[in-house]
Amino acid sequence: MSDLWPRLEPLLARVEKPARYIGMERGSRRPEHGPDRVAWLLLYPDAYEVGLPNQGLQILYEILNERPDAVAERAYAPWVDLEAELRAHGLPLFSVDTHRPASDFDLLAFNLSAELVATNLLNCIDLAGVPVRAAERGAHHPLVVAGGHCTYNPEPLADFVDAFVIGDGEEVISEITEVVGAWKRSGRGNREGVLRELATVPGVYVPSLYEVEYDGPRLVAITPRYPDVPAVVDKRTVADLADWPYPKEQLVPLIEVVHDRLNVELFRGCTRGCRFCQAGMITRPVRERPLEQARTMVADGLRRSGYDEVALTSLSSADFSGIEGLVGGIVDDQAGTGGVSLSLPSLRVDAFTVGVASRIQEVRRTGLTFAPEAGTWRMRQVINKLVSEEDLYSAVDAAYSQGWRRVKLYFLIGLPTETDADTLGIAELARNVVAIGKQYTKGASATASVGGFVPKPHTPFQWFGQNSVEELRRKVSLLRDDLRRGNAKLRWHDPEASFAEGILSRGDRRIGAVVERVWRAGGTFQEWSERFDLGRWLDAMAAEGLDPDWYVTRHRTADEPLPWDHIAAGLHRDFLWNDWQAALAEHGLPDCRWTPCYDCGVCTGYALEHVVASPVPPAGGSQGTGQVLGDQAAVPVRFLQRQVSRAR
Amino acid sequence: MRGDAGHPYRIRFAKRGPVRFISHRDVARAFERAFRIAELPLAFSSGFSPHPKVSFGPALAVGYESDAEYLDVELTRPMPADDLVAAVTAGLPEGMAVTGITHLADRAPSLQEEISSLGYRVTVGGTTPEALAAAVEAFRSAPEIRVPVSRKGVQSVDDIRPSVLAIAVAGPDVLDVEVATRPRTLRVADVVTGLRTMSAEAASLEELRVLRTRQWIERGGARCEPLDVDRRSDAPEGAARALEACA
Repeated sequence: MSDLWPRLEPLLARVEKPARYIGMERGSRRPEHGPDRVAWLLLYPDAYEVGLPNQGLQILYEILNERPDAVAERAYAPWVDLEAELRAHGLPLFSVDTHRPASDFDLLAFNLSAELVATNLLNCIDLAGVPVRAAERGAHHPLVVAGGHCTYNPEPLADFVDAFVIGDGEEVISEITEVVGAWKRSGRGNREGVLRELATVPGVYVPSLYEVEYDGPRLVAITPRYPDVPAVVDKRTVADLADWPYPKEQLVPLIEVVHDRLNVELFRGCTRGCRFCQAGMITRPVRERPLEQARTMVADGLRRSGYDEVALTSLSSADFSGIEGLVGGIVDDQAGTGGVSLSLPSLRVDAFTVGVASRIQEVRRTGLTFAPEAGTWRMRQVINKLVSEEDLYSAVDAAYSQGWRRVKLYFLIGLPTETDADTLGIAELARNVVAIGKQYTKGASATASVGGFVPKPHTPFQWFGQNSVEELRRKVSLLRDDLRRGNAKLRWHDPEASFAEGILSRGDRRIGAVVERVWRAGGTFQEWSERFDLGRWLDAMAAEGLDPDWYVTRHRTADEPLPWDHIAAGLHRDFLWNDWQAALAEHGLPDCRWTPCYDCGVCTGYALEHVVASPVPPAGGSQGTGQVLGDQAAVPVRFLQRQVSRAR
Repeated sequence: MRGDAGHPYRIRFAKRGPVRFISHRDVARAFERAFRIAELPLAFSSGFSPHPKVSFGPALAVGYESDAEYLDVELTRPMPADDLVAAVTAGLPEGMAVTGITHLADRAPSLQEEISSLGYRVTVGGTTPEALAAAVEAFRSAPEIRVPVSRKGVQSVDDIRPSVLAIAVAGPDVLDVEVATRPRTLRVADVVTGLRTMSAEAASLEELRVLRTRQWIERGGARCEPLDVDRRSDAPEGAARALEACA
């Protein structure tokens, strides 16, 4: 047992927010390590207040600590001030739970939720005292693994990560624990041996076992070097969320963090089919949690955490088929507790009804956010966000009429086929929203928040050439000028950061050297505007002889091999290409949860089905296509039989 | 201001160990959660966003420990003191614990108005026990001690001597200090800065660890423990505030 606390404690008196590093959150564990237990260090490579709330990490933390053959602790990227102190005093990266050196763990398991944390991943590996390049590691070094949405294009980090996990982690971490446990018991010999073994676990991608072939700037193929290594790595998917009521004891931080509230996941997956949305594409099919389980998780979670706010999370919470009943149940459960606020992030405007609005306002209200994503109906058909202006205005009307005063609207700029009329439509919508609010309250306000669109792998827009920095800047100033009229406020994401995200989003393995250069030049915490510098990225691209525009703004061709072709989210390439062509033709696609299957490939390929909490579609279930949904018997969807107490 | 219908309680608590790195604001949030976990019958303010009626004494610097922190909280009905101590402590982070409680009289003055001085135990480094003792002696007999202080970004040079009510050596590298909260609360760091000016040997003195040991309320010229003043009398309504024996 090597506890670094006595040496860390004096350093903490000298850094900003020292409580980032003390652990001790309600729900945290101090597990007993041992030779018969595989030790996981779960790392979120960004600041504590961003990483702590991550639900994926917390779920795995609980599942692993429940296993008799595993222990799990957590670590976050030390802020630059503590990093300097650690390096000056020769101290390594450490876990916040027992302040154990990172290199004492068998696995360093990174959560990759955002592209720009790539340099922090390298920094954390280095601070752990482990060589940043996988090829330079020996048998005594921890295995470096990574999961999360960014691993659907693992190539930019392929040189640094020993094994990637694609998809839901709940089941595969146990399989990895067993492989690593056997390796540990056998004395941790040959590192390639354990990696070969891991590559046979479904959902695990070991990049060093693949050959990458180029022809000039073009990628030709990524092929396995051995016959037992899969040519295509398929994602993992848990079939039924009812089996995984995690986190059971959500961590309650001692300092303020983002999303500082109880979070209960309502469902995973989304079948709305928004073409820009990677999360919606890669997490199919829809798996809703049973209504009663969600209600119990909310009630138990509030009771044990002391939180006074709960968010019902998913990719589109108002689409939960039992949403009105659930919201009503939560409100009833909390009656007389002195005020709990309820929030539904990621609201679909066509599913937000006066009924839901009025139940939410019985408890405390928080700000309300809607995501129309684009300013005109034409543009929304291209991206398949089939929300009509009438739907948006009636949702906003419902909100203001029930007493909300502030509404936030999310939009993307730089979408395929976008014209200036589409961009300016954003300003028009925002102004109209304020005007609706003014009918109810003088203090009504609306903020339009715009982000530059970054095309993502495994989506119909993966072939689209991203807008340049200059083009995104021009569109932001169009909006800024136009919104001088009226009372709507405008916020925007830095176009330069979108460009760097674009390099990583669709980059190939050659981008690894760029990431390493940016890290070596001191480019950590690139998610933070005060630390971000596009110049470092462009310098690194130039030094590696790579053309940024070739990676970011170039349209891909139909026949071109893509760097993530060997990673499968289950979506047929044909489906994605046809959907891309449909987008260009301004054709929408309905929500397949409630309408016949169009065979994107996921359910049929993986023998999965949608799991819904209620057979009755929620408001807006027709996806705005004008289809009339009959009563429940007429809904052409099959329901998965839930198994009672499935053994694990 | 407290309403007559409520039941105000004064709680004393300790903050020891790694949890000393959380801020005053974080402590307030930890208590709000602990109160909800304990399902206390909290009284809420009225208004657009109601919040529990909780008020704290003087803030403790991040990194300092304490055996003597106080807060007042108003409940809608009385509760047995022992139950409150156990229930609230159970919901607090490790290192924080309720160590005393008093049911206050209605309209008792707030901690912010009443706390008059603060006691600290300071562990120092960078000097010898002899030099420390000599510096403390010199400090005590100095008529004035001028040190540069910064308040809200404005630099000035203040005489801190009148605000140091007591200073004594409590061990080879330990000091006990009592500072006044008026006209403004003197910081421990300013006392250490003052000590450094006492001699060349004391110039490299540094503050290593600080524990707040006491808070005092002055009543009629005597220093009182905050739990011992303004207790609710068992006498019928309208009875005068019970004034307990003070230190």
